[in-house]
Amino acid sequence: MAAPKSATPTLNARNAAGSDVAPAARVGLLAVRRRRRRYPHALAAYLFLAPFLVLFVMFLVGPLFYALNLSVWRETLVGGRSFAGLANYADVFADESFWRGIRNMLLFGVFQVPIMLGLALIFALVLDAGTTYAKSLFRIGFFLPYAVPSVIAALIWGYLYGPSFGPFTQAANALGWAPPMFLSRTLMLPSLANIVTWEFTGYNMIILYSALQAVPKDVIEAAAIDGARPIRVARSIRVPLIAPTIVLTAIFSVIGTLQLFNEPQLMLAIAPDVIGNDYTPNIYAYTTGFVNQQYNYAAAISFVLGAFVVIISYAVLFFSNRRQTPAAA
Amino acid sequence: MAIVAPRRYVERQRRVRIITTALLGLFLLYTFLPIYYLLVSSTKDDTALFASFGLWFAPPFQPFTNLHNLFTFQGGVFSRWLFNTALYAISTAVGAAIICCAAGYAFAKFLFPGRQSLFAIILGSVMVPRTALVIPIFLLLSQIGLIDTPLAVILPSLVFPLGVYLARVYAEQAVPDELLDAARIDGSGEARIFARVALPIMQPAFVTILLLSFVVTWNNYFLPLVVLSSPKWFPVTVGLAVWFQQASAGSGGQALFTLVITGALVSVLPVVLLFVSLQRYWRGDLSVGAVK
Repeated sequence: MAAPKSATPTLNARNAAGSDVAPAARVGLLAVRRRRRRYPHALAAYLFLAPFLVLFVMFLVGPLFYALNLSVWRETLVGGRSFAGLANYADVFADESFWRGIRNMLLFGVFQVPIMLGLALIFALVLDAGTTYAKSLFRIGFFLPYAVPSVIAALIWGYLYGPSFGPFTQAANALGWAPPMFLSRTLMLPSLANIVTWEFTGYNMIILYSALQAVPKDVIEAAAIDGARPIRVARSIRVPLIAPTIVLTAIFSVIGTLQLFNEPQLMLAIAPDVIGNDYTPNIYAYTTGFVNQQYNYAAAISFVLGAFVVIISYAVLFFSNRRQTPAAA
Repeated sequence: MAIVAPRRYVERQRRVRIITTALLGLFLLYTFLPIYYLLVSSTKDDTALFASFGLWFAPPFQPFTNLHNLFTFQGGVFSRWLFNTALYAISTAVGAAIICCAAGYAFAKFLFPGRQSLFAIILGSVMVPRTALVIPIFLLLSQIGLIDTPLAVILPSLVFPLGVYLARVYAEQAVPDELLDAARIDGSGEARIFARVALPIMQPAFVTILLLSFVVTWNNYFLPLVVLSSPKWFPVTVGLAVWFQQASAGSGGQALFTLVITGALVSVLPVVLLFVSLQRYWRGDLSVGAVK
């Protein structure tokens, strides 16, 4: 309304329109009032949420959609930018380098995750039952590697593995044995698995240990009074009761495995012939994006990898739920 | 039912204890091996590093010369990296803990439209590979001119969905509604109630989020590797990785090996001390609500 800025026209306008607008306005007002009664402090809640949500949108939701958009375009030297639809995705699925990374990580995960979680569970059960000396030394000691950044862990193990001055090579040479080739094509995956196991066994142990601490002690005592041996109590009572936590650690480990980047990226420096630029899907995405400047294709790789992460996480969840149900009944 | 005679029972228990202690002890040796190797190697010079056995000391014993070399190499850039890491980790940890506690408190103690679906989205985002976000974050930060600045590392690291989950679960259990209502009746504003009533009760969750987020940022490598390009902004992880690559490529010569090893030791020690001194916070709250 381009009326002069005085009070009268506004008042007039309100009076003139009054008869039409009032019912709608009243309904609106009622809705607001009803809402206020149901959500008396909604405004405060949104204000408490605002800082997180702003950052969440800027650095998680936003980038996700930005990457999604990137992945359906294509940049060529001659033709410039053109819409590619799902062509980039089709290329990823046909890309031998991508599958090499996925195969490596699946092979890695099939062995490393069960070994790591198995050790973590056994340690947590022993520490919780208290059938050992020096409990707190073990608890803190096992957890310490988690304080070492994964890059630095990889760097130290890289030197330990080293064929020039690694202690294992030195010991083997002194004994006249063939030195173990930790960084060779055949042993690289186990060597990486060892670094990850070293870093995260204690972390998972602490999570499982705190879950075990919350298991009601009277149930365990009742079983013991009924004559159940400690191993039987662990298998039939303590482990089933913390099953949700075990599944949680399994899912986080699987997600971590598929996203492996730091450790192999460091190994690339000392074993370039073995690692290459497609050893894991993330290394491949990184080289594609930041070395070859193919952002669009790199975004498509990341999305296919993300889809794998979601599918495999749900598979772990699904199978663990199915296995739990008969046991509970 | 077999009733075990007390003496045999005690005897068996002792045997079990000795066996498990020995087995756990073996794993503890494995856990300490790399740290021990680091300690031993950081006392050697470059020649001894190659010529002597890696798991034992060898002359010359020169830890202080190595430290001096570490902190003076390339104009003392290493202390700059340590400072950067501390800056990124501390500001992210404090920021994330406050932001996550506020958000978790809102989810736990308020009813508002969109509460369930928002929480589901935030929790589901844990599945999004963080590394998949690094490429678009790099491009977005370049467009707003934040690339190669400390904010490029700090701002994205403040998003810590797991922290919101932990804060919510904790606030639901620990902060009584009656207390909040009493404060409201006394005339306190919502911001004041959060700061003076809820946050002090949520302190264990706050510290847990603080520590978790601190470690995540302290360990972060991929994000700073991508968004930073000048060595003066590198955190210690990126800086040491660059030295490690140069040492392996042979461009820096042998002199870099002792620097990398001493640098690794120096950058690990503060966090190890932090862990040991704050270890009681690493227990219950990590998996709060996981059972039941």
